[in-house]
Amino acid sequence: MAEKVLMKGNEAIAEAAIMAGCRHFFGYPITPQTEISAYMAKRMPKIGGTFLQAESELAAINMVYGAAAAGARAMTSSSSPGIALKSEGLSFLAACDLPSVIVNIQRGGPGLGGIRPSQSDYFHATRSTGHGDFHMIVLAPNTVQEMFDLTLEAFDLADKYRMPAMILGDGMLGQVMEPVDISRGNNIKTYEKDWALTGTKGLRKRNVVNSLYLSAEELEVLNFQRFEKYKEVEKIARTENCLLEDAEVVVVAYGICARIAKNAIDTARQNGIKAGLIRPVTLWPYPKHQLKAAAEKAKAFVVVEMSMGQMIEDVELSIRCSRPVLLCNRTGGMVPTREAVLESIEKAALLKGEQNADSI
Amino acid sequence: MQIVFEKPKALSDTPTHYCPGCTHGIIHRLVAEVLDELDITGKTIGIAPVGCAVIHFNYFECDVAQAAHGRAPAVATGLKRVNPDNIVFSYQGDGDLAAIGTNETIHAAARGENITVIFVNNAIYGMTGGQMAPTTLPGQITQTSPYGRDTKTAGFPLRMCELLATLDGTAYAERVAVDCVKNILKVKKAIKKAFQYQIEGKGFSIVEILSSCPTNWGLEPVKALEWLRQNMIPYYPLGVFKDKEVSR
Repeated sequence: MAEKVLMKGNEAIAEAAIMAGCRHFFGYPITPQTEISAYMAKRMPKIGGTFLQAESELAAINMVYGAAAAGARAMTSSSSPGIALKSEGLSFLAACDLPSVIVNIQRGGPGLGGIRPSQSDYFHATRSTGHGDFHMIVLAPNTVQEMFDLTLEAFDLADKYRMPAMILGDGMLGQVMEPVDISRGNNIKTYEKDWALTGTKGLRKRNVVNSLYLSAEELEVLNFQRFEKYKEVEKIARTENCLLEDAEVVVVAYGICARIAKNAIDTARQNGIKAGLIRPVTLWPYPKHQLKAAAEKAKAFVVVEMSMGQMIEDVELSIRCSRPVLLCNRTGGMVPTREAVLESIEKAALLKGEQNADSI
Repeated sequence: MQIVFEKPKALSDTPTHYCPGCTHGIIHRLVAEVLDELDITGKTIGIAPVGCAVIHFNYFECDVAQAAHGRAPAVATGLKRVNPDNIVFSYQGDGDLAAIGTNETIHAAARGENITVIFVNNAIYGMTGGQMAPTTLPGQITQTSPYGRDTKTAGFPLRMCELLATLDGTAYAERVAVDCVKNILKVKKAIKKAFQYQIEGKGFSIVEILSSCPTNWGLEPVKALEWLRQNMIPYYPLGVFKDKEVSR
């Protein structure tokens, strides 16, 4: 059995990035993700890497843009208000097809909000990441082990599909300590980057990283091409399912909420309710086919999230509103309890399949 | 037949999009001549700004990254940190460098980032059609200062070289002008020195070039250069504001 290391979620992300070959980290302090920067500041100088505390989130993401353009594996991390500032850079990274990894350890909002865990940047991550037509890959860990594993995967997917990838965690996952098997970090795939800006050395034509297209015709073609690529990326959509086979009430939750929901469905089963769980691991692409398939057997859905209800829209879209969908939520930094989730499951179990949640 | 004058190898054959009488063409040529003379085009990476020079990647024969508005020094930092052996230069206008990108400019200099900044100061936003810039002179008429820049409400212009010269990370800061042949030769000398400082790893180097914008100033090219000489140079004195080697 592989040896396990006790780590904070934020540290697991940092260590995974280093094992994935990331040698360029650009950060800016913000709670509750600061351990990532602190870890990088300690480790990078010892392995010939760059840790740079930028003057702002804007500068940090644009340093990632430069490092990614040079062909390096680069990362930045922040928390909700800081991620908002990175929106400009995220759009440019996507527009220039630059692989990069961005970590958002979410806290309560809007505005300065609070520093306790939240999932209220779901829309920002999956919908309105920045201006223009684009997506980024969004992965949602629910354990410290997954903070590690999905960070490795984020670097791989970013390089493979040449696009930014985000780890969407929350303040609780970032701070909690759990044992982590880091052996998977020893097997890293690298990618050829002939498009990178490394100097022509007089041997090739100049490489250009650019997102300005004054010809609308040309820009339209490029956008269509990028969305063709996204169709390929959609195949990576995946979930972790729990007791789903015969489930009549399907709970959908990601991140820390999924762990709470898992406890709740166990209790519901003991109480005679056939409850199951779908945990989206990828938030973009969203596992809509998996949700749709589950709707064929399920009578009702419960979405558990730490926001005013954001992922619930993707659940309703995925199942084409064919089943009632209840929202069990807390916000502003509050975390749902197992009891509250259980209560929602019991409520959902009383609903008839065809009934619309709005009429309850 | 003997060739006595030709295009620098570091410039492509693409005709530029600049307005008649615009001095970007001269500055592009001077940068390219320096790249040729130092034989560094093959290891140079340019950063294109948002502004009139946004598509300079069509003109320079080196690798180029186009940057978001004002972020060129941050993008340059990322590129330089990955490959310190590359020569990295940004080419920015006054709005890009001294308004939206002031933070990035000051901190790249403060870090002593080993990059070169070519700063083209023509006291106006050119690409968007002539709005007031951070370097627009008091009283100067632009689209967004139609009654002349009123310092009571619009404040005062930034003197970037003087400001950056106060920072320990700045290795070299010089202000020059492209208003006449004599001064154009000084521009080239300054650009060459800035790149040389980068090659020698001395730190942040910036050349501020007072430049004209006949189209948005509403002046004929020659008159525009006269206006530059009579109005800009008194407010933005030419000269070396920081030279790490000399002050040592």
